[in-house]
Amino acid sequence: MRRPVRIGAALLGVVGLLATAACSAQPQAVSKQTIKIVYQKTDSFTALDKVFQDAKQEFEAANAGVTVDLEPIQANDDDYGTKLALAQRSPDTAPDVFYEDTFKVRSDVDAGYLLKLDSQLATWDEWSKFNEGAKAAGRGDDGSIYAVPLGTDTRAIWYNKTVLQKAGITLPWQPKTWDDILAAARKMKAADPGVIPFSMYAGKATGEGTVMQSFYELLYGTGSSLYSESDKKWVVGSKGFTDSLQFLKTLYDEKLSVTPADALDSNVWKKVFGQWLPQGKMGATVEGSYAPSFWQKGGSYEWAGYAQDMGVATFPTQFGQDPGGVSMSGGWTLAVGAKTKNPDLAFKFLTTAVNKKNALAFDVNNSQIAVRTDVASDPGYQAANPFVKDVSDLVGVTHYRPATADYPNISLAVQQATEAVITGKQSPAEAAAEYDASVKKLVGDSKVMQK
Amino acid sequence: MAVPDSLNRGSLRRRPPIRKSLRRGLRLLPVVPSILLLAFFMVAPVAWSFYASFTNAALSGKAALNPQWVGLDNYARMLTDSVFPLSAWLTVVFVAVSAILGQNALGLVIALLMTRAGGATASLVGTVVVASWILPEIVAAFAAYAYFSQDGTLNQLLGMFGVQGTNWLYAFPMAAVILANVWRGTAFSMLVYRAALSQVPRDISEAALMDGARGWQRLAFITLPIIRGSIATNLMLITLQTLAVFTLIWVMTAGGPSNASTTLPVLAYQEAFKLGDIGYGTAIASVLILIGMVFGAVYVRLIRGAKS
Repeated sequence: MRRPVRIGAALLGVVGLLATAACSAQPQAVSKQTIKIVYQKTDSFTALDKVFQDAKQEFEAANAGVTVDLEPIQANDDDYGTKLALAQRSPDTAPDVFYEDTFKVRSDVDAGYLLKLDSQLATWDEWSKFNEGAKAAGRGDDGSIYAVPLGTDTRAIWYNKTVLQKAGITLPWQPKTWDDILAAARKMKAADPGVIPFSMYAGKATGEGTVMQSFYELLYGTGSSLYSESDKKWVVGSKGFTDSLQFLKTLYDEKLSVTPADALDSNVWKKVFGQWLPQGKMGATVEGSYAPSFWQKGGSYEWAGYAQDMGVATFPTQFGQDPGGVSMSGGWTLAVGAKTKNPDLAFKFLTTAVNKKNALAFDVNNSQIAVRTDVASDPGYQAANPFVKDVSDLVGVTHYRPATADYPNISLAVQQATEAVITGKQSPAEAAAEYDASVKKLVGDSKVMQK
Repeated sequence: MAVPDSLNRGSLRRRPPIRKSLRRGLRLLPVVPSILLLAFFMVAPVAWSFYASFTNAALSGKAALNPQWVGLDNYARMLTDSVFPLSAWLTVVFVAVSAILGQNALGLVIALLMTRAGGATASLVGTVVVASWILPEIVAAFAAYAYFSQDGTLNQLLGMFGVQGTNWLYAFPMAAVILANVWRGTAFSMLVYRAALSQVPRDISEAALMDGARGWQRLAFITLPIIRGSIATNLMLITLQTLAVFTLIWVMTAGGPSNASTTLPVLAYQEAFKLGDIGYGTAIASVLILIGMVFGAVYVRLIRGAKS
């Protein structure tokens, strides 16, 4: 009795397999032209989704017979990068146009995921409207352009005026040195032990947030850096690195920042934007210029009072040395997949998505710093929120991450060092020594320098 | 199946050998699709994982375009990696405490108690225990996270008695994930032992009782020897399951703080997908497979021993 059943089941299986194979082959043969767009969408990041929905309508109306297939990936920045990289590994799943973090551009160019855009850009009249500094974000090691920037950002201190006032700190607040920050934070703690005076991210849970919105503001204000662009080498053994870790240790040891347990929760930034700052339970934090996008109308943590209650200050250098302030810039780009079957159509869609109208909508809704000169001069952009001018001025003191292929691993080593220090597992000197050892292991002795 | 086969053998002997092997081949034919499917979906990924562990395959960068054969480099790196030995040790602790001790012993105790309890009590306890087991892993993981976290259920319960709880996931990450895995997995052992205990003949127990054997003596000398085959099978299954636990730990602690709960599956995931180093990640996964095979071989011997 069992044999016929088995044969039947096997036959069913074979028929099923054939059927799926037939189904998957059909649409490719029938449909004329489809381009696949992959990008990130989360419950608190829908600005890009909106742009692509609009661009899809616009593009399909202008190009009959073309279907734009939008495939948002619902994930945080780290997981988005992983899922995108996995999709790139096969021609069947690789996207035609995708959203790419600037710091991954060079490493993904090396991996052969991005199409060289030089020839297409040469004939695109709007490319001249992008500012020169921003264009560099999409440049590969060979000098060619592989990606078009959507917007950029800077980092600043965001403070709640009422909390500072209660502690008797004069407004507008602008700390000149690291000690000014500690002094102000201690005052806030003394005035109200219930508040978190000055939060700075640390640990692996917040990923790039830990380095971009915390550690690098410290490190680049000591006169040291992560990477020497002129020598093309990674810097190890600097006093600035240990000092920066020591500053974080002081903040966490004196309970001036969030608790280490909170810091190691990957959702801590949601509490910063959604609860602590709006409810006056946090004095200040270091965050991106995009902070208002969470609070403005339509944002994930709408807060009508943010324009009056919040203030912006430049993050100071260690002892107030020149240039007097530090900021970090990142940003995202759009790129065309190297495996695309329709490079020209894909590029055409890319230009639609970054045209003046869509770029303006994205920059306003996501509180990005414009990279198109015509958007930057648009009154709608300048009036988007009260802080546009303050955060745009920070471009003068900003730094970029060394976007080499090794960077993501180095960044993780930095995050690991901050985690070891705030949890008390290692002293700043020990953590810095371990960082040096990991960097040497990652890139090899010939690519590091003592400074 | 066995009976007709042995009857056929007598008549087969007289037939020419070619037809005999043909018949044998034909008899295998129906299982060919399942063997192919098994090879395709089970063996191929394992083989690929072993292969990738000898390369520098990566998610991005030059190695993503042209992975190079690097021989044993990835395995040599484990010896100098400061996290790998810690991670291997945590995996052993996790398996030994949460599966072999926790799930296994607790499952046996509950099953024994249920044989003595009344029908209503037994089915109530059974339902409660099984409830945590039928939850999808991600839901169970969130439930455990919600229980142990700073504002979680445990701390609210403690708060009722005026005790200020800590953040358990931060202060005692391994204890939290071990307890969560015991909570989630005990039902499986309980079900296996319920079935095994129902097979223990009553008359042997009763005979021992007549001879004056106490409760624990009957358990140690009658019940456990009879069900030792089930014990070995159960140990094998829960060991292999627990070795592979990923979602539970990832959701609760993500391996932190500072790698304090990074077991090998979590480490392999971090290396392969967070850092994009597929080569090293698959090398760790391969080590995990080897550990699983060693455990498997030991238990298979135990089961054979129990049967003979």
